[in-house]
Amino acid sequence: MGRETESQFHVLAVDDSLFDRKMIERLLQKSSCQVTTVDSGSKALEFLGLRTADESSHDPNATSTSPETHQEVEINLIITDYCMPGMTGYDLLKKVKESAAFKSIPVVIMSSENVPSRISRCLEEGAEEFFLKPVKLADLTKLKPHMMKTKLKKENEKLTKEENEVSKPEIKEDSTVIEILPLHQELESEQHEPMLSSNKRKAIEEVISTDRSRPKYNDITTSV
Amino acid sequence: MEKRQFRDYTISLYHQGFLDDQFTELKKLQDECSPDFVAEVVSLFFEDCEKLISNMARALDQTGNVDYKLVGSSVHQLKGSSSSVGAKRVKGLCVTLKECCDSQNYEGCVRCLQQVDIEYKSLKGKLQDLFNLEQQIVQAGGRIPQVDI
Repeated sequence: MGRETESQFHVLAVDDSLFDRKMIERLLQKSSCQVTTVDSGSKALEFLGLRTADESSHDPNATSTSPETHQEVEINLIITDYCMPGMTGYDLLKKVKESAAFKSIPVVIMSSENVPSRISRCLEEGAEEFFLKPVKLADLTKLKPHMMKTKLKKENEKLTKEENEVSKPEIKEDSTVIEILPLHQELESEQHEPMLSSNKRKAIEEVISTDRSRPKYNDITTSV
Repeated sequence: MEKRQFRDYTISLYHQGFLDDQFTELKKLQDECSPDFVAEVVSLFFEDCEKLISNMARALDQTGNVDYKLVGSSVHQLKGSSSSVGAKRVKGLCVTLKECCDSQNYEGCVRCLQQVDIEYKSLKGKLQDLFNLEQQIVQAGGRIPQVDI
């Protein structure tokens, strides 16, 4: 997995029609995006890690993965059909926007029907764009700025997170500093700030337990 | 010779309203990575036609108990794929069929469906001819000419 694949945009395309999936997949590939296609809103949520396999199907062969241990794939955009059986594109949009982890992912809705009230409802709910089918190559150029925004945002978050872990003097971060300080330094700081030492110990334990639930920005795998 | 035939034939398909802009869009998506894209999509479309038309015919056969919802959803799908492929005439007929279905106009539905059937088969034949011309060019070692409509 080289630098090139990491910097490519990864789009999750949702459509119940095989024909439309083939179309949107080719359109996205031609626009230099990595594509994953799924045929339903529930499969999309499963892919994102918002729902376990057990919840979306009663397939005995499906492996159940709990959301916390599910490998989070970095998705830069979700493009979904509006009219789908079960969960509509609008329902999926709502679920994504309600999720703390994924609400920053731009969502685009596609529909073969030009219904103004439908369009405004989707845009109000947070959809970035509404494309009328058939979607054209030119339409996809509108997506790049939305995808760039989240990619840059994520990269900035990664950088500031790393900075915080090294310099900010808050108690939580301080405990991380403790982890990397050699023992004699720790003893020195304990002498100067006796109050802090007991807090540090508590904080270390906290770090150990919260570390697992913190979003793992570093464990990103993109499927090629 | 084949190149001119190909060019002329392509232009006539557009001018006679069999194909529209969207077919041109499809061709843009074909390249070295996906060299048979148009043929694959077109083939998928014709499979859809066969399946959906047969579903609708069966529904309309249940005289007195026609499931217009089924007819409606089938024609909606067909309208979508014909639109995506650039099958202008088929799409137009789907629009009419949908209207007949929405107003539960039985005779209208039956007539329209027959026309859709005839039209898609006609288009299928023409596109087959077009692909054959393409093949002849390629086999003769030539490149498919870019046709500007």
